[in-house]
Amino acid sequence: MSSQYPGMIESALFSRDVIAEIQRAATEGIYDIRGWGAKRPLPHFDDLVFLGASMSRYPLEGYRERCDTSVTLGTRYAKKPLELKIPITIAGMSFGALSAQAKEALGRGASAVGTSTTTGDGGMTDEERAASSLLVYQVLPSRYGMNPDDLRRADAIEVVLGQGAKPGGGGMLLGQKINARVAGMRDLPPNIDQRSACRHPDWTGPDDLEIKIRELREITDWEKPVYVKIGASRSYYDTALAVKAGADVIVLDGMQGGTAATQNVFIEHVGIPTLPALRQAVEALTELDMHRKVQLIVSGGIRTGADVAKALAMGADAVSIGVAALIALGDNSPALDEEYRKIGSRAGCYDDWQAGRDPAGITTQDEDLASRLDPLLGGRRLANYLRTLNMETQIIARACGKSHVHNLEPEDLAALTIEAAAMAGVPLAGTQWIPGRDGRF
Amino acid sequence: MSASETLPTTRVVDLRSSTVRELNQALHDLPPDAALSRWEVRSAAGEHALAVGINAPCTVEIKGHVGYYCAGMNKHAEITIHGNAGTGLAENMMSGRVVLRGNASQSAGATGRGGLLVIEGDAAARCGISMKGIDIVVRGSVGHLSAFMAQRGRLVVGGDAGSALGDSLYEAQIFVRGQVTDLGADCIEKEMRAEHLEALGALLEAAGVNLPARAFRRYGSARTLYHFNVDHADTY
Ligand SMILES: Cc1cc2nc3c(=O)[nH]c(=O)nc-3n(C[C@H](O)[C@H](O)[C@H](O)COP(=O)(O)O)c2cc1C
Repeated sequence: MSSQYPGMIESALFSRDVIAEIQRAATEGIYDIRGWGAKRPLPHFDDLVFLGASMSRYPLEGYRERCDTSVTLGTRYAKKPLELKIPITIAGMSFGALSAQAKEALGRGASAVGTSTTTGDGGMTDEERAASSLLVYQVLPSRYGMNPDDLRRADAIEVVLGQGAKPGGGGMLLGQKINARVAGMRDLPPNIDQRSACRHPDWTGPDDLEIKIRELREITDWEKPVYVKIGASRSYYDTALAVKAGADVIVLDGMQGGTAATQNVFIEHVGIPTLPALRQAVEALTELDMHRKVQLIVSGGIRTGADVAKALAMGADAVSIGVAALIALGDNSPALDEEYRKIGSRAGCYDDWQAGRDPAGITTQDEDLASRLDPLLGGRRLANYLRTLNMETQIIARACGKSHVHNLEPEDLAALTIEAAAMAGVPLAGTQWIPGRDGRF
Repeated sequence: MSASETLPTTRVVDLRSSTVRELNQALHDLPPDAALSRWEVRSAAGEHALAVGINAPCTVEIKGHVGYYCAGMNKHAEITIHGNAGTGLAENMMSGRVVLRGNASQSAGATGRGGLLVIEGDAAARCGISMKGIDIVVRGSVGHLSAFMAQRGRLVVGGDAGSALGDSLYEAQIFVRGQVTDLGADCIEKEMRAEHLEALGALLEAAGVNLPARAFRRYGSARTLYHFNVDHADTY
């Protein structure tokens, strides 16, 4: 490589960021842990566009013609399936990672628009149960706070096998976030690091999971939908096995999915993006004749109504959001820029959610910081954001001539890159070409 | 359900003529403040999820071997199993008492948060894994990785313990009478003081296990892994 300034040539391989990370590792002797999801560019829904109606398709009138958004989850076995007004749910985020105020705000926002929210590693708080009209209760490997009374007062049960940010990984809640209440709920002393196991303590493999799910159904008299959440890696097989194990609903979380605290190397290098994972899951469901019978919720990088509409068009029944919901509550607000700078970050970049020093009061257990988040206001902001996502989804669905957002289909999509065409299984725009189909690739 | 009466207060459910669902529903229909009721379950025949999620004071005698998760998440009930048990016996038990007259498979008492689990035979691997306050008394031996990541409560082993006992232990206490193959990361032997002898004696008595407390050794957490420290990376 030559340059007009010899001696000033930057390495593409060893970029400034790479060099800085080597230097940091050499100084600190430990990997970097952070929150948020994958931050590097990845093939995503932005690489797809909709083919709006024209000569051969009939659009719906934007402000007059109905476009439904309701979704029913858990129709396979549950006596009481969940009826959501919008196809966007709030993902599981633990009390511990988030403040009690943030959990309450998530419940309020979701309830205001008729959708569900989800507990997380650390159990169910009374505030979130009271604030959430529909609450999904997670059964995680750690079983922190696991309680049959909470199972009975939940609206659905989600057995968590993994997260998109860290398929195959457990969790870690650092000691500085463990106050007395969090510790008490987890049956552990305060202020110590809490490791969450990566494997469940009482089952291994799909045959055991089938029996475990049956036990959960027996405990709750077969009333509640049972979800199985998987981090995207071998999505085709995992989906098929979750169906076999008796899931009512599959929650599939792509590698862009958020986390409260995970090693950077794990977030950026383990798992596959949401786009190909979703296609594989839909393929598995379709082959088993279970598409729409076992519902599919997809997460990992959902930000806009366009993302929602594309996920639905590819075959998801609903989506769920984590990072975007926190941002809606007030995370990374420009108004806090000065405070973010004091702790080595800035508004728009802050991802030290493991550290418990969040000036927005969301990813903290510090009482003073947490009291900065007003659950009422946070809930209103989240409801506004969810309504916007829903309206954006409807705008696209109407433009494609659909009277229900679930009528969106892969045929409505085209891909902007060859990679996205192959991963999503839709043609490259302007061609009939789907790389990997018909043995042509 | 064909519930016939033997003794005036004992309801008998025979699983040759009733389903597991009917049994569990009948047990769930008991309100938490119900008067004590007595149940006998016959022909268990290895069925899974028997007597799970009970939330009322009652006694349940189960005749025969049981499958996975028998007595799972129990609250208040006293359940006795006259046979062997599959994986996850009394998993996540909250309170009450579960007595197994035979041997238990893996993960007995996993994540239990309260109550007393007594296993009169042996228990396989991962007994008391991730336990959170339950007391488990095993008359015989336990398999490898027992009390893995155990947080709270007590595991008492009258026989031997397999390898990696108490790996990554938190605040649970372990007492073993026989040989320990080896201890897991951060688990160490601790001094048996008078208060431990007394508490263990009371627990053995409550469990109906006739062994002297002084024959046991005590193990607990060295607490060196409570805060991640890069110099301990080789320990994991
Ligand atoms: C702060 C935070 C905490 C989380 N905690 C949990 C958890 O306890 N259990 C879980 O299954 N997933 C957890 N997740 C992952 C989310 O449930 C979800 O899979 C992910 O956030 C979706 O991707 P998105 O953030 O791009 O929307 C967490 C995510 C965040 C951001």
